[in-house]
Amino acid sequence: MAGCKPQAAPVAAGKKIKVSIDPITRIEGHLKAEVEVKDGVVVDARIHGGMYRGFEQILTGRDPRDATQITQRICGVCPTAHATASSLALDDAFNVKLTKNGRIARNLILGANFLQSHILHFYHLAALDYVNGPDVAPFVPRYANNDVRVSKDINDIAVGQYLEALEMRKICHEMVALLGGKMPHVQGVVVGGTTEIPTREALNAYAERFKKVRKFIMEKYIPIVYLLAGPYGDLLKTGGGYKNCVAWGVFPMDDAGNTLLKRGVVTDGKDYPVDPALIKEYVKYSFFDDSTTGLNPSEGRTIPDPYKDDAYSFIKAPRYNNKPHEAGPLARMWVTNPELSKIGQEKLGVKKMRDIGDAAFSILGRHVARAEETAIVADAVEQWLSEAVPGKETFVPAPIPDSAHGLGLTEAPRGCLLHYVEIKDKVIANYQITSATIWNANPMDDMGQRGPMEQALIGIPVPDPENPVNVGRLIRSFDP
Amino acid sequence: MKDEQKLLDEQQKKTGVSRRNFLKTVTGTAAGIGISQVFNPALVSAMKKALETHPVLWIQGQGCSGCSVSLLNNVDPAIADVLLKVISLQFHPTVMASEGETALENLYKIAEEYKGKFSLAVEGSIPMAADGKYCIIGELNHKEITMVDLVKDLGAKAGSVLAIGTCAAYGGIPAAEGSETGATGVMEFFKTYGIKTPVVNIPGCPSHPDWIVGSIVHLLTKGIPELDDDGRPVIFFGENIHDNCPHIDEYDAGEMSEKFSDPKGCRMDLGCKGPDTYADCYKRKWNSGMNWCVDNAVCIGCVEPGFPDSASPFYEPS
Repeated sequence: MAGCKPQAAPVAAGKKIKVSIDPITRIEGHLKAEVEVKDGVVVDARIHGGMYRGFEQILTGRDPRDATQITQRICGVCPTAHATASSLALDDAFNVKLTKNGRIARNLILGANFLQSHILHFYHLAALDYVNGPDVAPFVPRYANNDVRVSKDINDIAVGQYLEALEMRKICHEMVALLGGKMPHVQGVVVGGTTEIPTREALNAYAERFKKVRKFIMEKYIPIVYLLAGPYGDLLKTGGGYKNCVAWGVFPMDDAGNTLLKRGVVTDGKDYPVDPALIKEYVKYSFFDDSTTGLNPSEGRTIPDPYKDDAYSFIKAPRYNNKPHEAGPLARMWVTNPELSKIGQEKLGVKKMRDIGDAAFSILGRHVARAEETAIVADAVEQWLSEAVPGKETFVPAPIPDSAHGLGLTEAPRGCLLHYVEIKDKVIANYQITSATIWNANPMDDMGQRGPMEQALIGIPVPDPENPVNVGRLIRSFDP
Repeated sequence: MKDEQKLLDEQQKKTGVSRRNFLKTVTGTAAGIGISQVFNPALVSAMKKALETHPVLWIQGQGCSGCSVSLLNNVDPAIADVLLKVISLQFHPTVMASEGETALENLYKIAEEYKGKFSLAVEGSIPMAADGKYCIIGELNHKEITMVDLVKDLGAKAGSVLAIGTCAAYGGIPAAEGSETGATGVMEFFKTYGIKTPVVNIPGCPSHPDWIVGSIVHLLTKGIPELDDDGRPVIFFGENIHDNCPHIDEYDAGEMSEKFSDPKGCRMDLGCKGPDTYADCYKRKWNSGMNWCVDNAVCIGCVEPGFPDSASPFYEPS
């Protein structure tokens, strides 16, 4: 109920309590969290990935172009990102160079879905951790003691925005469909560019919708995220984790490959350029055959072993330079370090992303980064709209090579995305995908390092183990 | 089929809505029209009753949540009205507030309370290999519950099942060649375990929001819609895409698109699966009527039981 304060259950000091949350809801997929709480804080954590489908096995032997359709089905919230990563890998393998209009059309398709995904995430997946929905299913039941601290007025505003945001994210999908065919799962993104040359009418229809969405982002979404920083200020101080960031870069702004959100790595406080050879995936605690551990995706193999002892997740543990790194809006914003929005500068009293300092690496910091990124992508969408030329070619045909390999690096709304394809005799010989949530929600690696989400759970307050609200808040701050 | 017709006729008497009118409202009379007319007074009263007596429990197996996201794109009634006024959605992993054991306890409680009455909406396929370990949906009393356990249990208790999306209907992408998870659609799963609960398949990758909401409303107010041999409502999946395609005249004239970005021409030479595909996308279109696959690229036959293998390779050799 609004205004209620967390009450500590009578738990003996120094005693460890195991808390298990399964399923974690309001995410895409199947996750379980298992944490140990001592004296009101988390001291150990395990994240279990509970589902395996086998995309890499399914793709083997197929026409390489099918990958762009099939891999979109990995995630119904961010299929455009998989379409983009797959097309980039195929562009590389087919050795095809996009037209300018093709590059811009791809940005408009992916950009509209970034807006959709961030709005959906904040309002429809995360917001119920901070405000109460109406007292009907599916908004009840909820935790008996759910630590909602906003006033009734703010709660009402947020619920109103929740409903309005449903409409906004739908409009974003209309924007995607205007150029991409339909959504979820676009037809329009393919190797060589996009399939449909934008008409003046389509661009106008896109622009008209975009105007509404942008207004909502600037006037509602961003302000309410900062509004939460008031009653939930303590959540800017917890949930930091390793503070290592990986970002592959997204939205090419020119033919040279310079991206709107930059490519880069931050390890132990230092910035590095990205070297894909330094990515390795470990499987000691994952349900995959031990012979496949420690491989770079270019030599990666996926052999499930669902009965493996000691394993606790269907997620592999990717490491950059053998260290765990966080992916997502916070990682991208940290790497890019842009100026914050006016309201962000005003509320936080700082100018640029990195000026926020350690508070950025926190439960609420991830929401701030996501909201700020939404504004940046919206600004860029406006620019691409002015650059798109009606009637100008967006597609460059190219034959399937007999044998080739290709690497596609981009970003999904929830973090960096890698597709690797190897083609032999014109069909896929090997396909490897390292997706965003794999970077964040992975288990312990062979060296004994926890995954980034597991590490970020350490130290978060759980005053009432019967109602472990902050565990869900932390997990959802990553948008898994 | 005969029994179903009887059921329909009986429900028609109760609700006072003629079948013809209802179908017209559900299917829409022109491209892009949703089911706005569901708010006529007779249907509203029928639905109000359903809201109280007929909860929907939505569970997810091996899927991508794409059908849930697609459902959110419903135009008319807006999804907020669907959630608050049309469907009593008591369990949905992507939208519900609760999590963990509270959520699962509620799921089983509702299923028991409304045994034989509730509708079970299944999204995603059911992996039958490896004792179901390829999809764990939660934990209750310290025991892991697999998707296999859940569908076996709730499937038998439900009054009807909606298999939403091609994964739940026929296995879909997770069941494609190369998969070793034993991914299975609901009907085949029920056959294996001898579960007799009626199933309505609402395929599509994803399924169209009108197909989902239209089928649920039909079920709530008039019972199970007429189904084709693949268990799909004829009202949505009764027409061939190619035969009804706006490019059919170009096909007849031999005008074929040579590359994706050709604005004109029949798409068959590019690999379009319209001729093998039955759905009303050609008039309904997608995302509030903005566009559809054939005008943008090609149809990949995503509503068909063999998808994706029956349609793969999706494109013609270049």
